Amino acid sequence: MNIHEYQAKALLKGYGAPVAEGVAILKVEEAEAAAKQLPGPLYVVKSQIHAGGRGKGKFKELGPDAKGGVRLAKSIEEVVAHAKDMLGNTLVTAQTGEAGKQVNRLYIEDGADIDRELYCSLLVDRSVGQVAFVVSTEGGMDIEAVAHDTPEKIHTIAIDPETGVTADDVAKISKALELSGAAAEDAKSLFPALYKAFGEKDMALLEVNPLIVMKDGHLRVLDAKMSFDGNALFRHDDVKALRDETEEDSKEIEASKWDLAYVALDGNIGCMVNGAGLAMATMDIIKLYGKEPANFCDVGGGAGKEKVAAAFKIITADPKVEGILVNIFGGIMRCDVIAEGVVAAVQEVGLKVPLVVRLEGTNVELGKKILNESGLAITAADDLDDAAKKIVAAIKA
Amino acid sequence: MSILVNKDTKVLVQGLTGKTGTFHTEQALAYYGTKMVGGIHPKKGGESWSSGVDGTSLPIFASVAEAKEKTGADASVIYVPPAGAADAIIEAIEAEIPLITCITEGIPVMDMVRVKAKLDKSKSRLLGPNCPGVLTPEECKIGIMPGSIFRKGSVGIVSRSGTLTYEAVFQTSNEGLGQTTAVGIGGDPVKGTEFIDMLEMFLADDATQSIIMIGEIGGSAEEDAAQFLIDEAKKGRKKPMAGFIAGRTAPKGRTMGHAGAVVSGGKGDAESKIAAMEAAGIKVSPSPARLGKTLVEVLKG
Repeated sequence: MNIHEYQAKALLKGYGAPVAEGVAILKVEEAEAAAKQLPGPLYVVKSQIHAGGRGKGKFKELGPDAKGGVRLAKSIEEVVAHAKDMLGNTLVTAQTGEAGKQVNRLYIEDGADIDRELYCSLLVDRSVGQVAFVVSTEGGMDIEAVAHDTPEKIHTIAIDPETGVTADDVAKISKALELSGAAAEDAKSLFPALYKAFGEKDMALLEVNPLIVMKDGHLRVLDAKMSFDGNALFRHDDVKALRDETEEDSKEIEASKWDLAYVALDGNIGCMVNGAGLAMATMDIIKLYGKEPANFCDVGGGAGKEKVAAAFKIITADPKVEGILVNIFGGIMRCDVIAEGVVAAVQEVGLKVPLVVRLEGTNVELGKKILNESGLAITAADDLDDAAKKIVAAIKA
Repeated sequence: MSILVNKDTKVLVQGLTGKTGTFHTEQALAYYGTKMVGGIHPKKGGESWSSGVDGTSLPIFASVAEAKEKTGADASVIYVPPAGAADAIIEAIEAEIPLITCITEGIPVMDMVRVKAKLDKSKSRLLGPNCPGVLTPEECKIGIMPGSIFRKGSVGIVSRSGTLTYEAVFQTSNEGLGQTTAVGIGGDPVKGTEFIDMLEMFLADDATQSIIMIGEIGGSAEEDAAQFLIDEAKKGRKKPMAGFIAGRTAPKGRTMGHAGAVVSGGKGDAESKIAAMEAAGIKVSPSPARLGKTLVEVLKG
């Protein structure tokens, strides 16, 4: 789960990290009052969407010469003018895709005098199974490009979970970022604070890009991107409350209510599969036979028939879907449960597109019997290859 | 021969009394009499569990340490729900259980960071979490793999995905090759066992004449394994191998069901894994439906 920059900064502020003063607004009318709360005379007006590249992004509704999604303002009047320009319009960035994202929230922030821009992120380094700081002196730009062009400028410092961030770790990070004076002093509290926030809130990624050294020599978190481990949300009601559903696909929101692993895609063959690996492989084989999957959907191991039916309904509700492939290799998941769920869903919402079902594994005979006796127009498949061929052929026909 | 488990392996169940634990323990007992020796429940120590299938009774102990002492168990399988699963693994590590298999899906990553720190300093091996377990045909079934698709034979199978493990098992059975042991290492980003450890065991196992390795997007475990195979081949240790990587069509930056299956920061995409595996002499099947046939082609040379 992702949150907005202003929410991430508020969370970090709670851990003592240095962030600028700022106010989030939803309406143009709030802009003037928001700006008046800040010291001025320099302001930054930032679009709040769940995608990066906002500064270089372009608004669809404005001309090609209009400014991007992050703008400087030198007066309160300018803040208001920018807010009018940005709120409600669609920002297209390198990460949003062509459709872009509507800007429904702005964050108005106190401006900063920047000396240097650095990069700092925290993530779980899976090769060692520890939280690691990834830092670089090349801040403010696309870190993937830095990693590609100048990998020697990226430093990774993994943290032993049994000690936390030690003085030695801070020294290593500070050296990698070439910090000195006031910034090196700030580092002693900032890096342990970021680590603490990451662990306590079960984050998946905390990215500060840029982390800046200001002209007065101090550090400041200028931008913050935060995402959380979905498997740990059960113990963080405060984080769950920050969810902005307007940023997410409606089918994915419905799926998450049922605890289904579902990702909306652009193709037209709907898939319902058990197991993430098989679900990905099912997408791959559809592509291999020349079609594109409409979604990734793993109903998981312990699903009951209600959950299976819910998944089936989400897939059929997608207007792009021209055919459905159900592919089950039962281990935990029993084929009879899948069959009952599919039959229940079809009886409730009907079936307007071809449906191919491949069942194998635990209770496979019982599952096949339930499908056969349902009287529904279901095409049975012998194996995965056969299933993929049949659904692709059914759509072409 | 086989790896990790055989007919003598004695298995404890953490989470036996729940619905999932009960179902799969019944299945394990029914599979060539896998030696299930007891369950653990902190509040039900001294009680017993009985199978709804044939009435087989198993003792329940209050702790893993007590269960190990009284039964001589050398393995434990964990069906505990996500919120308590990390503590269950740690309890098994502290009881010095040699082989711990955690089936549970959805354990918070930070919990696994905590587990990993303890695991690295212990003598235990952990399979998973978020894995289907391990099965040696006609001898021992730990976890949730469907026993009916197995056949005793010569292929070692290791996979990050449960259901793709079943595909590989099913297809190698259909080709008449059968399996020595199939191991699911799990789909989480932080886990107990990586490909390399299992490949080392399969290379050392005389009965294993060929290997299937199934990976997926995310991380660099497949690339690390490929380098390991290249290094071992230089020492003359090499077996015929087929493979598959799931997620060629997955969009970047999206987590595909498994917490570990995500292409992020320009790393972990399918193409680089396939290239690394091919470079190590593994024939990578373009289709998950052709794993068995691909291996047969490799064996024919």
